[in-house]
Amino acid sequence: MRLTYPTSIRIVRVPCTGKVDVGHLLRAIEKGADGVYVVGCKEGECHYKKGNFRARKRVEQAKKILASIGSDEGRVEMYNLSSSDAPLFVKYAGEMDAKIRNLGPNPLKKKNRRAA
Amino acid sequence: MIVADKKPVEEIIEYVKDHSKILVLGCNECVTVCEAGGKKEVGILASTLRMYFANQGRDAAVDERTLERQCDHEYLEEIRDIADQYDAIVSIACGVGIQFTAEKYLSIPVYPGVNTCFLGVTEQRGLWTERCQACGNCILAYTGGICPVSRCAKRILNGPCGGSSKGTCEISKDLDCAWQLIIDRLKAIDRLDLYEKMFPIKDWSTDRAGGPRKVVREDVQI
Amino acid sequence: MSAKTPSKLEKIMAAGHLGVTSECGPPRGSDPDTIREKAELLRGYVDAVNVTDNQTSVVRTSSLATCIHLKLMGIEPVLQMVTRDRNRIALQSDILGAASFDIFNLLCLSGDHQSFGDNPQGQNVHDLDSMQLVWTARKMRDEGKFLGGADIKRPPQMFVGAAANPFADPFEIRVPRLAKKIEAGAEFIQTQCIYNLDKFELWVKQAQDRGLTEKTYIMAGVTPFKSAGMAKYMKNRVPGMDVPDDVVKRMSDTPKEKQAEEGVNICIETIQRLKELDGVKGFHIMAIEWEEMVPDIVKRAGLYPRPEID
Ligand code: SF4
Ligand code: SF4
Repeated sequence: MRLTYPTSIRIVRVPCTGKVDVGHLLRAIEKGADGVYVVGCKEGECHYKKGNFRARKRVEQAKKILASIGSDEGRVEMYNLSSSDAPLFVKYAGEMDAKIRNLGPNPLKKKNRRAA
Repeated sequence: MIVADKKPVEEIIEYVKDHSKILVLGCNECVTVCEAGGKKEVGILASTLRMYFANQGRDAAVDERTLERQCDHEYLEEIRDIADQYDAIVSIACGVGIQFTAEKYLSIPVYPGVNTCFLGVTEQRGLWTERCQACGNCILAYTGGICPVSRCAKRILNGPCGGSSKGTCEISKDLDCAWQLIIDRLKAIDRLDLYEKMFPIKDWSTDRAGGPRKVVREDVQI
Repeated sequence: MSAKTPSKLEKIMAAGHLGVTSECGPPRGSDPDTIREKAELLRGYVDAVNVTDNQTSVVRTSSLATCIHLKLMGIEPVLQMVTRDRNRIALQSDILGAASFDIFNLLCLSGDHQSFGDNPQGQNVHDLDSMQLVWTARKMRDEGKFLGGADIKRPPQMFVGAAANPFADPFEIRVPRLAKKIEAGAEFIQTQCIYNLDKFELWVKQAQDRGLTEKTYIMAGVTPFKSAGMAKYMKNRVPGMDVPDDVVKRMSDTPKEKQAEEGVNICIETIQRLKELDGVKGFHIMAIEWEEMVPDIVKRAGLYPRPEID
């Protein structure tokens, strides 16, 4: 079975989603990514016990910060799935892709370019 | 350590919105440990401010720097060469660092990016609690090592008051009654005799009541 | 114990009678008539009337001004002072002010925390604590000296008391704490409202074993319940209050229209039982916003008429 996911998505590998910090998420948006989402193991299945819960909290935190400056908080999301569940990975990828297309391009991208 | 908490982004934006060259300045000491003003938080705040300005269509630069400490001359001098480039500094060190920065860089506005809260401990990750109010005249020897000045809601020296109930303070069920802790501790070290003596009226002139305080140590001066 | 001050309350208890006090909460306004009306209800039925000091941290007419109204009416006041709102300068100054009106009774308290009141964002002072205030008042009276050491012209003549809560935690230090208050100079003790009589009797017994009941006049605090709701509220909501389940049950098993009467009955039974205790030298009847019940309670508890003392 060969599954495909949208080419718009760039995967950044981390040892555990617990490694992802608010700063990483914000910087992605700041630098012009249209969206960024964290895909963690299923809740309760983290190899390091709480990594994915921490990631979720940080995603929430990043959303809050974006909302506070008038940016779209929907550009940051968190998904959980079992590491072997490729079909679900593809489903979420599709979902996120559709969601971001719906929001349109990240306005910061243009502004950044102009500012530069 | 000195415990601080983040200020709401909206409040910081209100301070800096008319500036265009901003330095977010963190500190590697206490505020790093309490996750309010270290390098990581500098990055988050600076990124947030940059996005804010971009959203507003404003051309503003927000740079990041974290010093070893902001309460010592030598470390604060490290930004001497670059300070002039900025028209505002947001310091997320404790109130001490913020002020020392402001004193040193007289012509640049310095804004607080945190609320400095108290002297306390990390009870667990994400939970910091108060232990000392720097009263300048420590009485812990008489109270089993537990401070009623900072931990009793009425800073009673001859407690507990009548509101102490099941180990908690009258103001909140989530708060230990300092005097319950003191008594438990005196019992544990077999010094309940200390409890029997009335604690005399305290000299508060070494506390904030006496005005700004100073420690002068000629033996270590050069 | 012989009387050391002109206080009528002290003289009555020194003469071996049970003392009786009640209380009058100052109004949330400046109308002196409300003070006078409340106090008038108590005239002749109690030896002295406590005037609360911004109780529960809610702003009211000052305790001192209200005491002066009572004094001018010929009713003996007990000035309550909390250490929450005033530093040692203001406390000493108010003691002198009270003394200048010949107010002869003082009750020293720490006061409820301001978070309970209508100014939760305010500062609190707590320069002294209640025990240290007792000590200060005694120094002013007995040595005729201010805390600063200077002499007082015409020192205050006050019978100085403190509160005690036999039911607060931890129980094992309640008696040592009483001993400390007495050592600080407390000549009378008014207790928290008593509903758990067994626990109270144990406390008095322990105090007696240490000889404390011979060194201070313990006045047992009582408050009649107006309703079962009030009993539940006191049990669950008021910090440091001990209302046993059977008392709550007795109130809630009573039909609504009879609950007030039952509350008064419980109060009278409490007084009658505690009258028999050697260590108890008087009663402090706190009928919160129910002053009109006090005469009835005093009469039915066998505490009327009040002794005459010159
Ligand atoms: S007594 Fe004073 S110095 Fe000692 S811990 Fe308490 S506040 Fe700090
Ligand atoms: S309950 Fe304990 S901690 Fe709270 S004010 Fe009273 S003595 Fe202090």
